[in-house]
Amino acid sequence: FMDIKLFDLNNDASLVIDIPDALCERDKVKFTVHTKTTLSSFQKPEYSVQRQHEDFIWLHDTIVETEEYAGLIIPPAPPKPDFEGPREKMHKLGEGESSMTKEEYAKMKQELEAEYLAVFKKTVQVHEVFLQRLSSHPMFRKDRNFQIFLEYDQDLTVRRKNAKEMFGGFFKNMVKSADEVLISGVKEVDEFFEQEKNFLLDYSSKIKDATAKAEKMTRSHKNVADDYNHISGALNNIAADNNTAFKKHLEKCAEVFEKLRVSISKVEDRMASDQELKLTELLRYYTRDIQAAKDLLYRRARALADYENSNKALDKARLKGKDVAQAEENQKQCLQKFDKLSESGKKELTSFKARRVVAFRKNLIEMTELEIKHAKNSVSLLQGSIEVLKSN
Amino acid sequence: MAEDREPPPLPGVPEPQDAEDLFVSAMEDAERSLSPEDISSSSNGPKAEPMLLDHDPDDLFAEATEEVSLDSPERQMILSDGPSPAITPVTINPRADVFDRSPDQDEDDEENRDTFDIQISVSDPEKVGDGMNAYMVYKVTTKTSLSIFIRDEVCVKRRFSDFLGLHSKLASKYIHMGYIVPPAPEKSIVGMTKVKVGKEDLSSVEFVEKRRSALERYLLRTVKQPALLKDPDVLQFLESSEVPSHVSYGDVILSNTYCFILKHARCYYHHLDEVFVCSCIKWFEEKQQQFENLDVQLRKLHASVESLVFHRKELSVNTASFAKSAAMLGNSEDHTALSRALSQLAEVEEKIDQLHQDQACADFYLISELLGDYVRLITAVKGVFDQRMKTWAKCQDAQVMLQRKREAEAKLQHANKPDKLQQAKDEIREWEGKVQQGERDFEQISKNIRREVGRFEKDRVKDFRVVIIKYLESLVHTQQQLIKYWEAFLPEAKAIA
Repeated sequence: FMDIKLFDLNNDASLVIDIPDALCERDKVKFTVHTKTTLSSFQKPEYSVQRQHEDFIWLHDTIVETEEYAGLIIPPAPPKPDFEGPREKMHKLGEGESSMTKEEYAKMKQELEAEYLAVFKKTVQVHEVFLQRLSSHPMFRKDRNFQIFLEYDQDLTVRRKNAKEMFGGFFKNMVKSADEVLISGVKEVDEFFEQEKNFLLDYSSKIKDATAKAEKMTRSHKNVADDYNHISGALNNIAADNNTAFKKHLEKCAEVFEKLRVSISKVEDRMASDQELKLTELLRYYTRDIQAAKDLLYRRARALADYENSNKALDKARLKGKDVAQAEENQKQCLQKFDKLSESGKKELTSFKARRVVAFRKNLIEMTELEIKHAKNSVSLLQGSIEVLKSN
Repeated sequence: MAEDREPPPLPGVPEPQDAEDLFVSAMEDAERSLSPEDISSSSNGPKAEPMLLDHDPDDLFAEATEEVSLDSPERQMILSDGPSPAITPVTINPRADVFDRSPDQDEDDEENRDTFDIQISVSDPEKVGDGMNAYMVYKVTTKTSLSIFIRDEVCVKRRFSDFLGLHSKLASKYIHMGYIVPPAPEKSIVGMTKVKVGKEDLSSVEFVEKRRSALERYLLRTVKQPALLKDPDVLQFLESSEVPSHVSYGDVILSNTYCFILKHARCYYHHLDEVFVCSCIKWFEEKQQQFENLDVQLRKLHASVESLVFHRKELSVNTASFAKSAAMLGNSEDHTALSRALSQLAEVEEKIDQLHQDQACADFYLISELLGDYVRLITAVKGVFDQRMKTWAKCQDAQVMLQRKREAEAKLQHANKPDKLQQAKDEIREWEGKVQQGERDFEQISKNIRREVGRFEKDRVKDFRVVIIKYLESLVHTQQQLIKYWEAFLPEAKAIA
């Protein structure tokens, strides 16, 4: 759903990443990460490595904790693969096997496989997008750990554990989620950041709500599609029954009911799925991205707080006449850091808005076009069925 | 003795396919068969002789297996003036009255003529009285050009218990004859209490509407039965300005049904019945099984449709909720064009929500309620089959009785008690009479059931198809509206710059 190339800072082929394949082993998903590069920092021009979800999280966390990137919006970590839905269905299938007909069982199995595939596709996509955002960013693409992630041909598990130990100390200092109170409490002199702050705080709660409502709506839609599936199955049973008297009347109906299963049930299901992919997934992603933007504001706010503290410390030092040089140095560094964060922050937030607008536009258009397509399809199939039924 | 016997179907059987099936399976089962000429000649007397046994089956069955359509001239011929060679085995029946053009055949003709000109509507529910004694009164309007009605348009006021009273009268009169009497709508204590107590909320309004609709369907279904349409109770219900008494008539009376065993026809039927009775029995057994299956399937279907109605209502609520949320998001969005697009999206979703609500109504009133009616109708059909079984059980008892009487008589033959002998002979005659009466009644119920079931099947499928078409058309309408809304939104989405 996210076409990275649309908002690439540099749409070049010097570093191209994709996830062409993934395996599901028990509960673990193993992604095949494929890299093609012309950058000299890489040892080989092409790589293909196996990575687990936890490896992606490790990469994300190391980037978050890198001081250098404090002024950047860090691409949100991909959510954990959630096969709960299909798993539940599989469970139901196993339990109800004895009470179902062969056709019902086969149909439900088909549904299950389709749902499984859908979840699979979604999780692959979201992991892929994460890597592509890193590769398309001038700073992240040069990150050492990113390179290790792409290159290292062994299991990253050991390195992950080590890294955690190394970075352990940072956890205390770097609070991961934004402290809204701190952000809103900042005395903002910069008009740009004042606006951004107000916008982000409000928008983040609205988009979270919209995501939740969209999820509910999509789920209801899928339930309706499911019901139509069962209904047409039941109609089929009646029409196909060896009921001599009905057979004559309902023979043609059986065909029609099967077509109806396609025209109503499948179409509703596709409509719901496409709405989910284009709308709900979009909202989900940007809820996370907005959070990442808020995190940036938070870091800047902290830097500002540090700067203000250093000012106070300098004044105190001057008063006391002790450690003034040190205090001056400290203050200079704090100011530098703050300025750097403000400068890069402004750039990031501006391109973030552009990116967001483009993504919304693209997905809303695609969703609308798909809904129209499905509805038109449904109309023609339904009208065909009506013709057949009327002609009898 | 234990062989199941029953008279073969009569010329008036309206479902030629069944007749066809009957003869086809008979052809398979038969070891002996009958030829046309012999059979016609035997139509005059009860002595249907075994001589018919060794004849060539082909002529008879060849004719019979020709497919006869409902409107074909052959059918008219069948219905008119007694037996024709094509359906010959039937004419063996010693009962002369069987060949009479019975009122039932009249009904079939009338139905065929397709001038079913009667419209009934149930409307204007009005609450009468207060508190727990309150009740709803409905206006029943009948518009018709049929001559059995006094006026061509009449309005009466009826309450729910009047409908129930009508149904119980019809049930007591017709079920034991094998007629399918449409079941009345169900009582609902909870629903009615809310209405009585004066709760003017949405659920009691919906309840009254549901009931009104069900009562209308009930009346329409009842008058579709030609036998019921002519019934004086039905006519009174529709026309009379007095409120008819709604005292229930109590249980069905099954007094005169006895088994059909005729000593002198015994050996005849012994052969004939193997052919025809087997297949008749088979018909009833098959039909009963089919209705059992159908019952199960319909209930499943009904449950699925109820689930659909529920989920669609849920979808409507969630869509409305999302629409509001999208509007708020649009307000919060600081990019102007995107903000406007999001607001438009919210409006589209609101409209879609309305569509879902309307569709949910269609789901419910068109399909779900109808399926509920059908489930109850099937139960009524099963009831009619059960009635026949009860009749059969009584048959067995009566047969035993007759046998005992005969044995007693046989004993008395050697006992030189002329009085008792005469009494025994009288009793035998009495029971033979009863048995013959029973034969007639049993024939009648079986014949009625076959016709009723045939009509029922035909009507039901016709009904069902009409409803499905209507429902699909409602879906088409919904999809077309969706297309309209999304096509209007597309330029807005594209306008995001």
